[in-house]
Amino acid sequence: MSTMTKPAHHMDKPSAEAILEVDNLEVHFPTEDGIVRAVRGVSYRLHPGEVLGIVGESGSGKSVTSLAIMGLLPKSARITGSVKFRGRELLEMGDKDLSRIRGKGVSMIFQDPMTSLDPVYKVGYQIAETVRQHDKNVSGKAATARAVDLLELVGIPNAKDRVTSYPHEFSGGMRQRVVIAIAMANQPDIIIADEPTTALDVTVQAQILEVLGTAMEETGAATVLITHDLGVVAGVADRMLVMYAGRVVESGPVDGVYYEPRMPYTLGLLGSLPRLDQTEKQKLTPIKGSPPSMVNPPPGCPFGPRCPLHIARCDEAEPPLTEVEAGHWAACIRNEKLEGDVQATEIFDADSTDLTDPVVADALPGTDAATVATGEDRP
Amino acid sequence: MTATEARPEAAGREPILKVTDLTKYFPIKGRGLIRRTVGQVKAVDGVSLELHPGEILGLVGESGCGKSTTGRAIMHLQPATSGSVVFQGRELTGLSRGKMRPLRRDIQIVFQDPYASLNPRLPVFDIVAEPLIIHKLAKGEELRSRVRALLELVGLNPEHANRFPSEFSGGQRQRIGIARALALEPKVLVLDEPVSALDVSIQAGVINLLEDLRDRLGLAYLFIAHDLSVVRHISDRIAVMYLGWIIEIATTDDLFDKPSHPYTQALLSAIPIPDPRRERERKRIILTGDVPSPANPPSGCRFRTRCQKFANVLSESQQTKCIDEEPALEDRGTGHPAACHYAEAIRVL
Repeated sequence: MSTMTKPAHHMDKPSAEAILEVDNLEVHFPTEDGIVRAVRGVSYRLHPGEVLGIVGESGSGKSVTSLAIMGLLPKSARITGSVKFRGRELLEMGDKDLSRIRGKGVSMIFQDPMTSLDPVYKVGYQIAETVRQHDKNVSGKAATARAVDLLELVGIPNAKDRVTSYPHEFSGGMRQRVVIAIAMANQPDIIIADEPTTALDVTVQAQILEVLGTAMEETGAATVLITHDLGVVAGVADRMLVMYAGRVVESGPVDGVYYEPRMPYTLGLLGSLPRLDQTEKQKLTPIKGSPPSMVNPPPGCPFGPRCPLHIARCDEAEPPLTEVEAGHWAACIRNEKLEGDVQATEIFDADSTDLTDPVVADALPGTDAATVATGEDRP
Repeated sequence: MTATEARPEAAGREPILKVTDLTKYFPIKGRGLIRRTVGQVKAVDGVSLELHPGEILGLVGESGCGKSTTGRAIMHLQPATSGSVVFQGRELTGLSRGKMRPLRRDIQIVFQDPYASLNPRLPVFDIVAEPLIIHKLAKGEELRSRVRALLELVGLNPEHANRFPSEFSGGQRQRIGIARALALEPKVLVLDEPVSALDVSIQAGVINLLEDLRDRLGLAYLFIAHDLSVVRHISDRIAVMYLGWIIEIATTDDLFDKPSHPYTQALLSAIPIPDPRRERERKRIILTGDVPSPANPPSGCRFRTRCQKFANVLSESQQTKCIDEEPALEDRGTGHPAACHYAEAIRVL
């Protein structure tokens, strides 16, 4: 992925001023069944020009975290903690002030380009609207010209003609290009891309990742890339967070996390992925059971019930993130067991049965971005 | 141990399932009162393949390439427009529902979405027992013990048999769907994207289960999926589809070591690998544009509109051949069949 490779120097600048500081972010949703604790104490820093990958499975809270940052959660959500963009607290800001930051300071790319574009407006208008929203001095004509430029930049052929098309006239990949054009329209400082390629076929995904690389280069924006696909993060990100049950359970430079994971969950996740480049046939190592309920998370480590390294002490308290190496953090009290080059097959069992008791997270109100954002599914 | 060495016997034997020139067209109706047919979507347009006993054949392609429709047409769930499907020497196309029913014991399907494919109002026991009751294979105590055994076989706790699908996680539901498909002791399973709705940590368990079942029961699978990593892991042979055609078919190792069709090459190069160092060094083949509409596919080679070779390498006279002539699926010196006039094996991974 030559186009996506960013110069490595971003990684070794922990001292540089962070443009986004998330501290102890908590998001709770009151429901009939109790309080769904979707995000439980997430903290991270984003530095200028850096690409931060956030990975986790469905329901891990990765999307809710970024919706909370953008102030896009429904009113019923209870958000605590702090989110500072260039030193300004976003959680205390009113909608009017936030609107000035959304799209200009921080812009967002969503998973589904079908729903993030308005079907009744021409794509050119939607891009121009974003431009004029933040700079009223730009004339309509100039804004449309900018829309054409942006469409060209994201690789839409015949941009001059396509600027008057409606979203339904575009394919999924083309729509996602339009969404990226909108996201980069105002030269944002931060782009948050939430599963930007999940709805797309793999050859189109490669195209979109390339366009995203262009957008990052053009705008110089720091990027948060949220995905469940460990392959996508590997080539793109400088640093990454692994989320599980609403918490960050491991964070660090991508190489450290991929080659020497120190949280059993990360190791299990990597071991359960079939590899395209595997020549030797290796047994996959599934993780037993399902993620815990977010209504009444059990005390202790949330991964404990599924963890092959589990001991009694794991259930006493939720393990804090501890620094296991410079810049590499893991939330596991037995992380030293994974030090060095430990293979998933040494820890996890490749047995294919699943005898866990079927009382499961799926039955709970959705903690998925879609259900939370629309407020469906909830009383 | 490579996949091909694992089953040396598979290649020599008679195929258990032989599909020849299978097509499935869907009519496009006009808007008027009469709703005449104004065109056809050629979802599957001349697919031929063979499945041997005990073999796993992967059928891969992007959305809309016709892989699921192929599976359904083989199963006779959507009757084929033309072509032949021979299962153990018997022609399946054109059979009536009644004549097809006894054959369904031998060829079963597992669907993609474990939330939609199980009746939410039936307890798991009834779901798994239903095929046995319909085919009058067991009742009473025997039925109970067979369902218990099936649940154990797919790694579920038989004590949970009286619970409803909503009480199970996605991975567990998919196991219920597999238990139901196995109830009649079929010889062939058509697996239509069996793991793509599941999270990776759950998906691995189901893949391991499917591998174990193949080894223990000697089943043959037609494994339909879009994820080439999963397909590489599980398959003995792989067929790649594009716009209703198979464009390349080879043993798993051959396909990954010597991809010969430009589409296969692009597909392999597009898939991200969870390995930061390798991923940073990789060169991608980026295709231009989107898949054309199957209602109006390009003339000659269907892939030519997106083909990197057509656009950048071929001379004008060579391009004319791509535009005028449909490339046959045959071996052009690369060791396995590929439907490209200028097939050439290259290393992508």
